[in-house]
Amino acid sequence: MSTGINWLKYSSPQAFYPLAGRLIPWFACVAVALMGIGLYMGFFVAPTDFQQGEAYRIIFVHVPAAWMSMFLYVVMAVWAGIGMGLNARLSFMMAQAIAPTGAMFTFLALLTGAMWGKPTWGAWWVWDARLTSELILLFQYAGVMLLRTSIDDMRRADRASAVFALVGVVNVPIIYFSVQWWNTLHQGASVSMATGSKMASTMLTAMLLMTVAFWLYSIAVILARARCIMIERESLPVWDEKAAVIQEAVEAR
Amino acid sequence: MKPRHKRFAFIGLGLLVLGVATVLILNAFQSNLVFFFTPSQVADGEVPQGRSFRIGGMIEDGSLVRENDGLTVRFIVTDTAKRVPVTYKGILPDLFKEGKGAVAQGKLNADGTFVASEVLAKHDENYMPPEAAEALAKAKASGAQQSKSLVVPQGRQGREGSL
Repeated sequence: MSTGINWLKYSSPQAFYPLAGRLIPWFACVAVALMGIGLYMGFFVAPTDFQQGEAYRIIFVHVPAAWMSMFLYVVMAVWAGIGMGLNARLSFMMAQAIAPTGAMFTFLALLTGAMWGKPTWGAWWVWDARLTSELILLFQYAGVMLLRTSIDDMRRADRASAVFALVGVVNVPIIYFSVQWWNTLHQGASVSMATGSKMASTMLTAMLLMTVAFWLYSIAVILARARCIMIERESLPVWDEKAAVIQEAVEAR
Repeated sequence: MKPRHKRFAFIGLGLLVLGVATVLILNAFQSNLVFFFTPSQVADGEVPQGRSFRIGGMIEDGSLVRENDGLTVRFIVTDTAKRVPVTYKGILPDLFKEGKGAVAQGKLNADGTFVASEVLAKHDENYMPPEAAEALAKAKASGAQQSKSLVVPQGRQGREGSL
């Protein structure tokens, strides 16, 4: 509580903007480093699988991407909920900044899933509960983004897309538990809180490294996007530490 | 209650109602959400009649027979309680193996044989190197002795653990 830092200060865009600017390089650098280590471990250190051979290695991108797609949706819905409750502009901006990254990870999960399904199951796509609900998640991200751009009044656009995001959050547990609740072609969870891991430990390490890397990447990209949104929406001059440089450029014109 | 508390309560209540509604809807559509029927459901006549559907289960050990034309295969899908014979003409996925999971789409004919038009392999969620899988299989094969040797007399446990 009494850390000496006034956290509420950062709920204002003017204070958040330079803080985000300072944090982005750190998150980005660590993300790239971890992604490098994770991919190296996944492709060169982790052993071949006993039934799928080398094809299983797509798991090192597929599972972290799928986890991030669900996690980012929940984070987006939480920001949307806080925005609705507190009428906070920054919360809506964060929700707006998360959607494209979430959609990207959903698409990546579906794409790598198709690439994995063909050699193992024998089909690019099947309409089972897991795959279908993940596809619906992609449509939800698209819906949130489209709804926002289709309404001109920014406050109404914020609220409408926030309601959409909050309603859609019911799909996340459906995606996660679909393989338990119904019989699906998709296999069950290899890693879960309840049963632990069903993978060799090097495989698990590589997968978790990739997950942390994707998570840090998301933070870096979302903060960068949030900064752009702030400049765009607040119609204020760029609040960067290099304001003087921009000022000069404007005067020179 | 401050207005913002009211708004948060409203959001919470909305999500709760939505959650309950979703649970009820999913329960109502339970039978439409399953990807395949099990051999037990086929035996109980719960499957759609005269229409294409999917069955899934384990391919029974030693049941896979290849016809002379090299393309037609016959195998038995089982859920350990009931068995359904399947015929299929076409290329099987690489992971299709006896003792492993499979899902087949097709129709049940008059004599109770399932004529498949598509066969997919279903793999499980375990990933390990081949050596570990072999070790596990060996351990399973000598399961009887294994389980006995796991019962370590009291007092010897510490020594065994330190090995």
